Amino acid sequence: MKKIILLALVLLMICALLLSSCGSSEEGEEDLGDAITLYVYNWGEYISDGYDDSLDVNAEFEKYCREVLHKNVRVNYSTYSSNEDLYAKVSSGVTPTYDVIIPSDYMAARMIAEDMLEPINPKENIENYQFIDENFRGMYYDPDEMYTVPYTFGTVGVIYNTTIVDEDDIGSWDLLWNEKYSGNIIQFNNPRDAFGTAQYFLKYSVNSENEDEWREALDLLIEQKPILQCYAMDEVFNKMKGSSAAIAPYYAGDYFTMYDDNEDLAFYHPEEGTNVFVDVMCVPKNAGHKDLAIEYINFMQSEEIAVANAEYICYASPNTLVRESEDYIEYMTEEIHEDAIDILYGVLDDEEYVDKMQYFHDLPTETLSLMNDLWEELKLKSNISTSIYVICIVIVVLIVALFVIRFIIKKRRQKFFDLYKMN
Amino acid sequence: MKKKSFIEGFAAVPHVVWMFLFVLLPLVFVVYFTFTGADGKFSFDNITNLSRYLHIFLLSICFALIATTLCLLIGYPLAYFMSRMKPKTQKILVVLLMLPMWISLLIRTYSLMAILDNGGLFNTLLESIGITRVHIVGTPGAVILGMVYDFLPYMVLPIYTSLSKLDNRYYEAASDLGCNGAKSLFRVAIPLSLPGVVSGITMVFVPSISTFYISQKLGGGLFDLIGDTIEREFQNKSTYNIGAAISLVMMVLIIISVAVMNRFSEGDENERGIIV
Amino acid sequence: MKVLSRIYIPLIFILLYLPIIIVILFSFNDAGSMSHFDGFSLKWYAELFEDETALKALGNSLSLAVISSLLATLIGTFAAFGINKMRSRWLKTTIRSVTNVPMMNPDIVTGVSMMLLFVAAVSIPFLPIKFGQVTMIIAHTTFSLPYVILSVLPRFQQMDKYQTEAALDLGCTPAKAFFKVELPAVIPGIVSGLMLGFTLSLDDFVISHFVSSPDFQTLPLYIYNQTAHDVKYSMYALCALMVFVILLLLFAVNFAGSLGRGKKAKKA
Repeated sequence: MKKIILLALVLLMICALLLSSCGSSEEGEEDLGDAITLYVYNWGEYISDGYDDSLDVNAEFEKYCREVLHKNVRVNYSTYSSNEDLYAKVSSGVTPTYDVIIPSDYMAARMIAEDMLEPINPKENIENYQFIDENFRGMYYDPDEMYTVPYTFGTVGVIYNTTIVDEDDIGSWDLLWNEKYSGNIIQFNNPRDAFGTAQYFLKYSVNSENEDEWREALDLLIEQKPILQCYAMDEVFNKMKGSSAAIAPYYAGDYFTMYDDNEDLAFYHPEEGTNVFVDVMCVPKNAGHKDLAIEYINFMQSEEIAVANAEYICYASPNTLVRESEDYIEYMTEEIHEDAIDILYGVLDDEEYVDKMQYFHDLPTETLSLMNDLWEELKLKSNISTSIYVICIVIVVLIVALFVIRFIIKKRRQKFFDLYKMN
Repeated sequence: MKKKSFIEGFAAVPHVVWMFLFVLLPLVFVVYFTFTGADGKFSFDNITNLSRYLHIFLLSICFALIATTLCLLIGYPLAYFMSRMKPKTQKILVVLLMLPMWISLLIRTYSLMAILDNGGLFNTLLESIGITRVHIVGTPGAVILGMVYDFLPYMVLPIYTSLSKLDNRYYEAASDLGCNGAKSLFRVAIPLSLPGVVSGITMVFVPSISTFYISQKLGGGLFDLIGDTIEREFQNKSTYNIGAAISLVMMVLIIISVAVMNRFSEGDENERGIIV
Repeated sequence: MKVLSRIYIPLIFILLYLPIIIVILFSFNDAGSMSHFDGFSLKWYAELFEDETALKALGNSLSLAVISSLLATLIGTFAAFGINKMRSRWLKTTIRSVTNVPMMNPDIVTGVSMMLLFVAAVSIPFLPIKFGQVTMIIAHTTFSLPYVILSVLPRFQQMDKYQTEAALDLGCTPAKAFFKVELPAVIPGIVSGLMLGFTLSLDDFVISHFVSSPDFQTLPLYIYNQTAHDVKYSMYALCALMVFVILLLLFAVNFAGSLGRGKKAKKA
């Protein structure tokens, strides 16, 4: 009985402890009264979040709502790691209804085409839209400037570790296929970007509708698979920072985040051309708080916030206030990387190279499903040496042999017993 | 007397309803999605299309089989040695064995990866004593290592439980009849601990064949197993038919193999399903 | 043989614990790296306690574990009582085998099957179900139930049924007999079932991965998201803390158990 009481006591204590801890966390929320929750769905590592003494943008927005709009707002911020993830989540209805999402250009185009986005008419409704660079207005995905507000833009390039990779080998996409660095190479873990690397290498259009070109790209990716260390998205940060991998294609802005921790890393735009993208803020059609979402988007483009974001995530900003901010330029050049401004914004001024850069477009349904099929094929292809199968067969044979032997022994014993009984 | 039957009769009702709603009904949904196309019409396409995933199944079975065998080869001696220790030591060892089982698989797998990674502790140590780095993460070996490391306690514990129940007099009798150490191991311990072995094999094989975190982290996404494929189908797509079909086939596969395993074990029902 | 076992047991245990110990050790690493150790520091722990997402996940995890394990214990105890009293052998075995399904099935299958159910439930207009806390409680209760029944049912079976009859003869109503005689006898089973459900719920990742939504993160989901992104080094501190807590819980249970046993032995 003592034991029981003791156990019950321990349990009670634990429960009480738990409940008290839960209670306290809820109390903090209750102070806000009946808070409105604004669901923001963004890429991982894509906002200044208060880490390392940066500005916590979402907290600032909550403060702004309290003090200026006199509303109790709680930002529910969650992240995804690819456009396809975002699309699957938003279209499946599994998740809550998001108020602000930040897809890339081609995904915004698809969502607009499928009538998933709310026309927010930023020119009229978003005050800070006036500061958006002319070059990033009325782009192919939103020619009438109805649905989107650019958040960042950027390019894809190759990040490499100078202590492992020879300077002679860099410059082209072929570094990703260089067998010298087998086991040290990372490839994108999403179909669009991964096929993109092969297509740029082959000098094909990334928006090609020619099946043969896609298949050729697939062959190239299959050929690459044995020398890869992994397919990765944001795991790249840790792998490159910790020198666990030497070569990875990734977004220019993220290179600076990695460089901050590992100064051996360098970056180049491959000579064959590369991908340029704009990530845009939009409001899904079924959003619960559209007005607040517009307020949020406007807030994100105000000078202080836009600069804080640009300094934190290191992506290029389409906001002219940021571009012209001397603090920002000084910070990027001195604190981040001496060539930061050049790498982020310079490529767009290099007229020869601009012609080689391509935007992803929303692919027609057939090409899209072809790409997904081919990606599946690539993922399913395993270049496992036959030794694994051989070991397996040996194990199975051994198991069968074991059972046979046991069976024989049993039979013999039975015979022996039978003989014994007969006698 | 009427009252009594009322309480007794209805005590299990909430549970039965719960089980129907949240265990059987979901399985009905899996079957339903398996036999319908994306348009919601009845079709066998999902099943026939599975041939595409055939080698994923083969590969997963191979990985799980190798991992299970290794667990058995490493785990059996451990369980045997443990069962021959002093009772006090045994108690401590069992707690030590159970502890990793309660630590999140994510933590154990991720820490293993962080250590074995090219720039991790293991390779830094190798380099400091003058050996070149070894690529471990992203090889089949790493995935199998991860499985063995994560699931070894699940193999040892049931074997140990059935071995520790063995009366010491069996060993004494064996030695009286002329069996020395090794012989008594093969003649007495192994045959009598077979139920534990079977439940250990099930407890390692089932999670190994359905894992996705281990192959994602330690395999670098280069070797898709059944688990990865299901996870991708359900997380990155908005139609779940193929994913449901793969899950169903895997479930059937596991049920069959567990049934076959149990057929060969001579233990009774109560010996199995040792949890904790 | 003796020598071999003296070497073998420590060897395997060291290998088993090495990664965990290294993580704990490196969670105190000033350098914030897994390859070299710069000096002792608690800064990652300090950072962890400022990380609101992590704290929120902790709160979610704990409340979920408490609610789902209590719910599972409640349903499971009554179910065990009912199953034990059932006369039809067929009914008994059917219920028991259905109960065991979540235990035998791979987690991923349980996870996706429940996800399919919830996707369908969400699309029904009048059901107030949303992916998140509600679906998580349902899922966690479901996979804890078999374990609760597994630890409670044997207690009912071992119980001396004449005690209940005696209580009834002495004027107890069946309900009173249940609460006065049968319940106390099975309390140890209930407690261990509750504990088991609690730990299982705290630990579960695979099923949660499929039935939760981004706005209801538990600790394992938080760790998963961390390891899929740019890992904040404070995650190692979190891992170390989780190991400590589990260590504490396990020893508390064992200590309490052995204390109780000791007392009992003295009495006898």
